[in-house]
Amino acid sequence: MEFGLSEEQTLLQDSLNGFLDANCPLDRVRRFAEEPVAADLHSGLAELGVFGLLVPEEAGGVGLGCFEAALVAEALGSHTAPCAFLGSAVMAPLALTLAGNEPTDTLSRLATGELTVGVAVAEFVGARADGGITADGETLSGKALSVLDFDAQAYLVADAAGSTYLVDAGAPGVFAEALPTIDKTRRTGALTLNGAPAQLICDDPDVLARVIDAGRVMLAADTLGAAQNMLDQAVEYAMQREQFNRPIGSFQAVKHMCAEMAASLEPCRAMVWYASHALDDLPAEASLCACHAKAHLSEVGKFVAKTATEVHGGMGFTDLLGLHYWFKRIGYNRQMLGAPELLREQAARLQGLCA
Amino acid sequence: MDLSYGPHYEEFREEVRSFLADHAGSAPRGEHIRSEKTLAWQHLLIENGYAARTIPREYGGYGAAPDILESRIIAEEFAAARVSSGLGGQGISMLVPTLLEMGTQEQKTTFIPPTLRGEMLWCQGYSEPGAGSDLASLSTRAELDGDEWVINGQKIWTSTAHIADWMFCLVRTEPDAPKHQGISFLLLRMDTPGIEVRPLVDMTGAANFNETFFTDVRVPKDQIVGRRGEGWLVANAILGHERDSLGDPNVMLSRFNALTELMKTETLGGERLIDHPVFRDRLMQIQGRVMALSYNDLRLLSAKVNAADARLARMIVKLQGTELRHDLEGLAVDAMGELGLAYGDNPYLRDHGSWQSQYMFYLGLIIGGGTSQIQKNIISERGLGMPKEPKYEKQA
Repeated sequence: MEFGLSEEQTLLQDSLNGFLDANCPLDRVRRFAEEPVAADLHSGLAELGVFGLLVPEEAGGVGLGCFEAALVAEALGSHTAPCAFLGSAVMAPLALTLAGNEPTDTLSRLATGELTVGVAVAEFVGARADGGITADGETLSGKALSVLDFDAQAYLVADAAGSTYLVDAGAPGVFAEALPTIDKTRRTGALTLNGAPAQLICDDPDVLARVIDAGRVMLAADTLGAAQNMLDQAVEYAMQREQFNRPIGSFQAVKHMCAEMAASLEPCRAMVWYASHALDDLPAEASLCACHAKAHLSEVGKFVAKTATEVHGGMGFTDLLGLHYWFKRIGYNRQMLGAPELLREQAARLQGLCA
Repeated sequence: MDLSYGPHYEEFREEVRSFLADHAGSAPRGEHIRSEKTLAWQHLLIENGYAARTIPREYGGYGAAPDILESRIIAEEFAAARVSSGLGGQGISMLVPTLLEMGTQEQKTTFIPPTLRGEMLWCQGYSEPGAGSDLASLSTRAELDGDEWVINGQKIWTSTAHIADWMFCLVRTEPDAPKHQGISFLLLRMDTPGIEVRPLVDMTGAANFNETFFTDVRVPKDQIVGRRGEGWLVANAILGHERDSLGDPNVMLSRFNALTELMKTETLGGERLIDHPVFRDRLMQIQGRVMALSYNDLRLLSAKVNAADARLARMIVKLQGTELRHDLEGLAVDAMGELGLAYGDNPYLRDHGSWQSQYMFYLGLIIGGGTSQIQKNIISERGLGMPKEPKYEKQA
């Protein structure tokens, strides 16, 4: 019986954190916010094998699971790393593998990091504003909002019925428009499709649901990493900053804020472990766990993001300190692929608790 | 990641199940802790290794080697079968482990066997009116007079003092020593002359607590655990046991399931509570928290089995577990609206009134056994390495 990280998994996370410590300090994140290019980080992650994690070995990947992918997501969140990961390393390979009819060439190109894929499934999760995708034979039309990992060569697109398609970014009838959000460490946008040619990956909505479950757990893991980092920064700041001739961290008003953050965040680690393990090995529980993990991490993340900022006082509110990159990243993770209320409603539905 | 316990343990689980299948009928269900049925059940459990499992045979235990997964399986199976897992209480859960570590040979043989059998009931005399969170400032004093300690002072929150045979308590024996080094750990009979127990009714209406007064109470000199002035060390070992045992995830899960059932049964304007989106969302929020703490518990179990470090994950259990239970029970009260207020013999009482009484009872547990605020001091100081609050100097 072992519920935790194996030596290899610890090694994987250590090597990622090592790479990101060296190559993705806050300055690097700031440069991305000014000019959103991250080829250096992308190739670094590719060298570490991140994009092949979920690709089967016969297609040139590593053939590991969502548990390992969640460890990567946590490290990326911790560093607010502006890297395409969710679509290219998790949701696209998973969709292709689960669909069964492996277009091996696509998988192989994903494994090396050569092919990048954005995620346009918000219209299946719950369409907003003028979003909505309809399929007509081998073409798609309509608008996809809140597209994740937007700077991509192809997009994983869902229609309202729950079929999953791959659409080439350069195909005729595809119009891509970047849309700014609060989180400048992520690229987001809208796709307008006018009879755009699309490759049907799978018409089974259950497959799409599993892919989205995995995406949700990755966002939860990203929040875990980001929130842990904010807590660590808050504790460090509270020990250095002095007022009334003592470190503010010696005031119970301040250190209890830190204790509350730690107390609500620590169980989240086990929750992300369990939910990502369930994606790999416990299919009966996976979906419920994914909904609850993302909903719960979103709530705890929101609390930590606010509280850690407050511990920093006025400095927490400035751009100078850069704490807001983590705050916004956690906020982004909360809203994307289903906000907590929507997820809890789905959790209730999965348990037959909705009329 | 390997969540299975393995074939050896599954075999063990079958043994426990077959014991329960054969004997569950003789388990007490709500009988008094002094009843013959309760004592016979306790005896049967010890004989079969389902109570006092790892206590050496020479002290009346079963004598098995400590094995975390075996203990967990026993707890799981007894909880699943809803069968009493034997006697608990402060004697068995707190004093016995302490005597095993710190007691003399004679103390072990005298006190542990009857305590395990349920024939010797204990209460704990720690807190005082002037010494709660700052327990080490306690002022009940014991002075040596010949071969006896003479105790004067007052204890409070002494659960079960009204039915206990014995008390283990902390008293000040070295008034001139620094406060942590002036305390001793004494054992005394509750029928000793000079002890007066007054019930203290709590907000639920129950009187499980007491105030206990000591007036020239004389106790044999050798009824001390550890040496003079070492009582604080002894007490801290015990507090560790108490914090570990709060917030059992099995109980929390079964309470959550009961809450779900309640919301599927009870109605508001003819509509089931579970069909009311606001209450349903609140139920799901609670479920998310229950799941997070259950997985945290799984992590702690694994950390024990594999000797891995999970210090912070352990430290937060009391704080998070009691706050969550209070919120869980409180949701039932809220969801039932006006009927959530029912108490006593009100015919509209649901589940024997457990929701309202547990809601209040858990507020007591948030405060007792180290308040949530003390827990936050522990988490921030020992878990996060933050500084202590500077000492307060009284103004002249």
